[in-house]
Amino acid sequence: MKKEITYREAVRIAIDTAMEKDERVFLAGEDVGRYGGSYAVSMGLLEKYGSERIVDTPLCESGFTGMGIGAAMNGMRPIVEIMTCNFSLLALDQIVNNAAHLLHMSGGQFNVPLVIRMATGAGKQLAAQHSHSFEGWYAHIPGIKVLTPATVQDAHDMVGLALDDPDPVLIFENALLYNRKGPFDSAAKPLPIGKAKVMREGNNLSIFAYGINLFKALDAAEELAKEGIEAEVVDLRSLRPLDDETIVASVAKTHRVLIVDEGWRSGSISAEIMARINEKAFYELDAPMARVCTEEVPIPYPRHLEEAAIPSAEKVAAAVRTLMKEA
Amino acid sequence: MSLTIKEAKKLYRDMLLIRRFEEKAAELYTEEKIRGFLHLYIGEEAVATGIMATLKPEDGVVATYREHGHALVKGIEPQKVMAELYGKIDGCSRGRGGSMHLFDKEKNFYGGYAIVGGGLPLAVGIALADKRLGRERVTVCFFGDGAVAEGEFHESLNLAALWNLPVLFVCENNLYGMGTRLELAESEPDIAKKAESYRIESHRVDGMDVLKVHEAARKALSHVRSGKGPVFLECQTYRFRAHSMFDAELYRSKEEVEEWKKKDPLLVFRKRSEELEIWEKIGADAIEKEVEKIIADAVDFAEKSGWEPVDELTKYVYSEEVPS
Ligand SMILES: Cc1ncc(C[n+]2csc(CCOP(=O)(O)OP(=O)(O)O)c2C)c(N)n1
Repeated sequence: MKKEITYREAVRIAIDTAMEKDERVFLAGEDVGRYGGSYAVSMGLLEKYGSERIVDTPLCESGFTGMGIGAAMNGMRPIVEIMTCNFSLLALDQIVNNAAHLLHMSGGQFNVPLVIRMATGAGKQLAAQHSHSFEGWYAHIPGIKVLTPATVQDAHDMVGLALDDPDPVLIFENALLYNRKGPFDSAAKPLPIGKAKVMREGNNLSIFAYGINLFKALDAAEELAKEGIEAEVVDLRSLRPLDDETIVASVAKTHRVLIVDEGWRSGSISAEIMARINEKAFYELDAPMARVCTEEVPIPYPRHLEEAAIPSAEKVAAAVRTLMKEA
Repeated sequence: MSLTIKEAKKLYRDMLLIRRFEEKAAELYTEEKIRGFLHLYIGEEAVATGIMATLKPEDGVVATYREHGHALVKGIEPQKVMAELYGKIDGCSRGRGGSMHLFDKEKNFYGGYAIVGGGLPLAVGIALADKRLGRERVTVCFFGDGAVAEGEFHESLNLAALWNLPVLFVCENNLYGMGTRLELAESEPDIAKKAESYRIESHRVDGMDVLKVHEAARKALSHVRSGKGPVFLECQTYRFRAHSMFDAELYRSKEEVEEWKKKDPLLVFRKRSEELEIWEKIGADAIEKEVEKIIADAVDFAEKSGWEPVDELTKYVYSEEVPS
């Protein structure tokens, strides 16, 4: 069935559907039950499934993430919710040293079919301990998969894809997207993990983006079209694995590249994408690659500074204009 | 003490197996057949042996990097453990884990973990899965006194008690975390008391006496199996060897070590079974011979096993079968 729903509803429907379908699925995290989820994603699910399957945990990110890993090793299909990716750093040991390493370290014996969902991103004036974007860091780690749904459809589909995957999957939901509405087709066949998607065709340059920045890129592309610049906009969707094929095909078509990344510039996922294009499509380039990232500061509290720190449609458009003037 | 001769034999044999296996491992280490970190369990054999003797094959075990003993008495073939120490393909983790990361899914051995405290939350999750799926199973989680200072210890005890999970926590208190004595690491060095503060039934056990450990484990497991929630055992023990093969042991005196060696679990067992007038029936000589052969076979197996081909390096980073 096709309709318009919010990103939040899309995630909730996906969790609900998965729980209905498979007894082994449960959701655990801080305030996912009685409170309804800190971003209201799981509102109403406790009433439907009870506290054994919608599990309110104490404040112990490492403990409950590790619990999820153990449960996944032992036959369950847990979804662990971490309020924001900033707090996931307390669970970093469990995510990296255990979830990501177990299959390899055990010689293929123990896989970890765990899903970890967390909110990411800045833009709500929450200051430096609630606003960061660590998806690029996590994409550094072999053994886990990193998904960054931008559209309502992906917000829904990726939960199911992640649950079906035998390996640990991290889903980064940009906190500003939860209220965003978009088209949703409950019968659509999901685009697999590891596939990027061309969201807007264009011949003059490729803009690679993910999460909320996809929409900033699309807005910028609309503006640029009025000036006669046709940007191709690609939703990366999955940061690990990255879809090199789609990236390279787009570069081969447009010969110019801009990457929009909400992580810090140094050592970011945008740096990795540039490196891959350099390795695989260097001779396709007509100009040096460019990127719009977050400024190299902890995200500040005041609105004007926060806005100045993170990517925006204006910054994207400006970067494109500069890029188009190159050689 | 209700102990059959058969049970007594097994306890002695398992302790001796660990002892001889590790003596051999130390030898092989100096011959450079085994590399990396090697943490020996010598002196602590009564703990793994006494606990494991009460488990059923389907019960799960989570261990630390000092886990050769746990792996052996949980039933992983000594050959596969030895091959793992060699890093060979026939090792219980295909040689990828080494001494610190022994795994065997079939034996419900959920692995050795080298991040202090890191295994505790996993044990909680494994137990939670059992409870939810209605399996009659217990998960035993071994860790050292060093883990008590880590946040994950407290997080895990809290969760296990809060959710009434079938976990047996076994703290192997050997008084030291590497070179740091417990009193220098804990404001309250009474570990069982700490566990009690989480409303977990907790006991202190003489970890040098396998019969006492066995008895405590039997009681603990019947509590856990009856659905009354987790139990915590603090087993007071001592490692006779260095922390790892790189340790100059500057932090403790030879006298202290010698004093503890008087409580060697093998000696204690002999004394106790003499009191119970069963020592003669154990057949210690035959057991010694049997173990000797097992170790020789294990070394032979490890020597002959091959290396995993380098073109398989990136295998098992992700699962091969991903449903489409
Ligand atoms: C999180 C973490 N910190 C530090 C270390 C280094 N380290 C390895 S063993 C050890 C001591 C642990 O002592 P204990 O838990 O008592 O176990 P034992 O070695 O006595 O069996 C330390 C500090 C580690 N492996 N993991």
